[in-house]
Amino acid sequence: MLLTRTTRTAVVVAATAAMLGLAACGGGSAGEGGESGAQDMDPETCGPAGDLTVLTWRTDLVEDGTFDDYVATFKEAYPEIGDVDIQGITDYEGEVKTRMSTDDYGDVLAIPGSVAPDQLSQFFEPLGELSEMQTQYRWVEPESFEGLSYGIPVVGNVMGAVYNVEVFESAGVTDFATTPEEFLSDLEAVKAAHPDIAPLYTNYKDGWPLTAWQSYAGGVSGDPEYTNGMTTDEAPWSGGGDMEVIDGLLYDVVAQGLTEADPTTTNWEQSKQMLATGQIGVMMLGSWAIPQMQDAAEAAGETRDIIGYMPFPAQVDGTFHAVAGGDYNLAINVHSSNKCAARAWIDWFNHESGFSESQIGLSPLVDGPVPESLQAFIDQVELVEMAPAPEGQESLFSDIDTESGILTTSPDYRMKIVDDARSGARTKQQVFDDLNAAWSEAIQAVSGG
Amino acid sequence: MALMTPARRAPGRAVDPSARQPGRRVTARRGRDRVVPYLFVLAPIVLLVTFTYVPVANMFFYSVTDWDGLDRVKNFVGLANYVDVFTEPDNLRVFVVSLYYLGASFVQMALALYFATILSFRVRLKNLWKGILFFPYLINGVAIGLIFLNFIRPGGGLDSALLAVGLESVIRQWTGDPEVINYTLAAVSVWRYMGLNFVMFLGAIASVPGEIYEAAELDGANRWHQFRHLILPAIKPIVGLSFILAISGSLSVFEVPYIMTNGGNGSETFVIRTIKMAFENNKVGLASAMAVVLLAIVLVVTWIQRRLVPEERVDLT
Repeated sequence: MLLTRTTRTAVVVAATAAMLGLAACGGGSAGEGGESGAQDMDPETCGPAGDLTVLTWRTDLVEDGTFDDYVATFKEAYPEIGDVDIQGITDYEGEVKTRMSTDDYGDVLAIPGSVAPDQLSQFFEPLGELSEMQTQYRWVEPESFEGLSYGIPVVGNVMGAVYNVEVFESAGVTDFATTPEEFLSDLEAVKAAHPDIAPLYTNYKDGWPLTAWQSYAGGVSGDPEYTNGMTTDEAPWSGGGDMEVIDGLLYDVVAQGLTEADPTTTNWEQSKQMLATGQIGVMMLGSWAIPQMQDAAEAAGETRDIIGYMPFPAQVDGTFHAVAGGDYNLAINVHSSNKCAARAWIDWFNHESGFSESQIGLSPLVDGPVPESLQAFIDQVELVEMAPAPEGQESLFSDIDTESGILTTSPDYRMKIVDDARSGARTKQQVFDDLNAAWSEAIQAVSGG
Repeated sequence: MALMTPARRAPGRAVDPSARQPGRRVTARRGRDRVVPYLFVLAPIVLLVTFTYVPVANMFFYSVTDWDGLDRVKNFVGLANYVDVFTEPDNLRVFVVSLYYLGASFVQMALALYFATILSFRVRLKNLWKGILFFPYLINGVAIGLIFLNFIRPGGGLDSALLAVGLESVIRQWTGDPEVINYTLAAVSVWRYMGLNFVMFLGAIASVPGEIYEAAELDGANRWHQFRHLILPAIKPIVGLSFILAISGSLSVFEVPYIMTNGGNGSETFVIRTIKMAFENNKVGLASAMAVVLLAIVLVVTWIQRRLVPEERVDLT
């Protein structure tokens, strides 16, 4: 690396070379991550002290001062800690990904979704053996690789749908739909009772709300191995599989005109208020959306109870299933100079902060409490925790997913289904055929190459 | 003096040093003069190299790798990304979308030429009209996107206006209807960029001397004749340039569709797709290849234009 730098200095003008040298540094440290070796990271023994930088995606909680309170309580527990710099980042995924090409991406941060499991060790400090972590925390598997765990979720979400209780009740719908067909007829009833509202709102324009649909995979069949199974299933969009049910429902609900009239003009912020005031019937979102919708209801002069939460309309043997999974996982920058304090923050945040309850989510702790407003929902469904990928195949799903060009986690994939359902450019079966073809091709390409 | 001179002369020197002295000073100053401009030039060059050439070189490098934007290891994949750009149907679709904007740019030029010609004749409140026509170009593209988003949404300003004049049969979902969306967005684009074309044409027309019009009028030429035989030939290079800008411009459309529809509903343009590939689909390699292709197309188009009309001096790039 030093060599590269000197040869470049000889060639390029001095000032430029200095900047290039910096770039060479950033690129050069490839593969030799974790140069600081094994630091003691047990908050009990290492004595957390010094300054700490924390990156967070919850800009709303930074602005309203919630994080200030967290920092104050954290410092009470660890008086040696100096400044805690909380950096709220609006475009979290995009910005953090860019920052990760340098070494400067905070001490504690949430692992961006685009990091593949086999890349974890390049960027993050292992937090412990997976088997050991599993005894204490839930949902640590997705951010683990080769038996080591790299991140702990701050809160667990369950996947259902937020709906306006009054809208559904006034349309005569009182029971949760148990099949997609029943759900569609419920929405028809809502539309008949309130012709001017959008029975189901897709939030198409903003795109990311559509990605929630992918999280129902596994919940339809109640099969924890569903996504692992997709890596060998050459036609996931057939035979009543989860993907077919989910995307079929999306296609039907749009094709039958049960969504907003013009999806290209939707607005996320506005949608919260519209749900609260009964201009929207239901939105397919994880339980994290509940507090935001309740806040909007209160702001609009309604009661918080008007927001209800229902399971995805599918049952296996008379039981609803809901996927439960971790939200963003907190991790430690492998280049951090203060891993001890970073670990102390993560442990404190999960055990002491009360964050998960305040967010109406499940606690990441194995024996953590269930928040009151979610209890009723939890009682009616059986929770499904998706099984981790078998060892050695941690990246297989995302490799196939990327190779196929479908990218199940991207908004584009479902926006296209909405487009086709509206225009009729492709029938539902054609959509499935194309998806199956792309998927099986990708399986062959990935396993063959 | 005569006595002193030999004493000052250094041994072995044939030439009187007093004669060389001024010359040497000049050389020294010339040497400094030669360096100083480079020092001034150095600052912009350093900035240019750092922020333009190095990133572009990196882009060429990424375009032959499978980099996902994150991994510390980049694998060489040869030209596979370039093959993908031209073979994947989804990648080809964006070129079709560009055609809408290319078509719109002809409309845009015709309108600009029309207004520029009218305003080059005697018109009352000339500067006011000029200002009004040029104004949209000064507004930020994001603001324009938001303005039109509200204007064309169902039940928005456009629909109300159409209702008011009894044209409700024309009303449709301006961005919701996949048949209409690209026309809508191209129209917004015309609204925004027409002012620039207009000013360019107006400037070129102003260079036509006034006497020629008078002479033409004496010969009985009407306004159309004046436009056809005087104005158009005079501003031909500018019109040619506008065509070139229209071609590369229609490929690099970005702001308006990105803000208004996020590329949804079949309105995805080349640049929007490039961005999505890089930052959503984590295919930085493919996105870089797309960027290189766009660069190549712009260069080729410019080169063709210079070959086709070599005698015309085009210096407004």
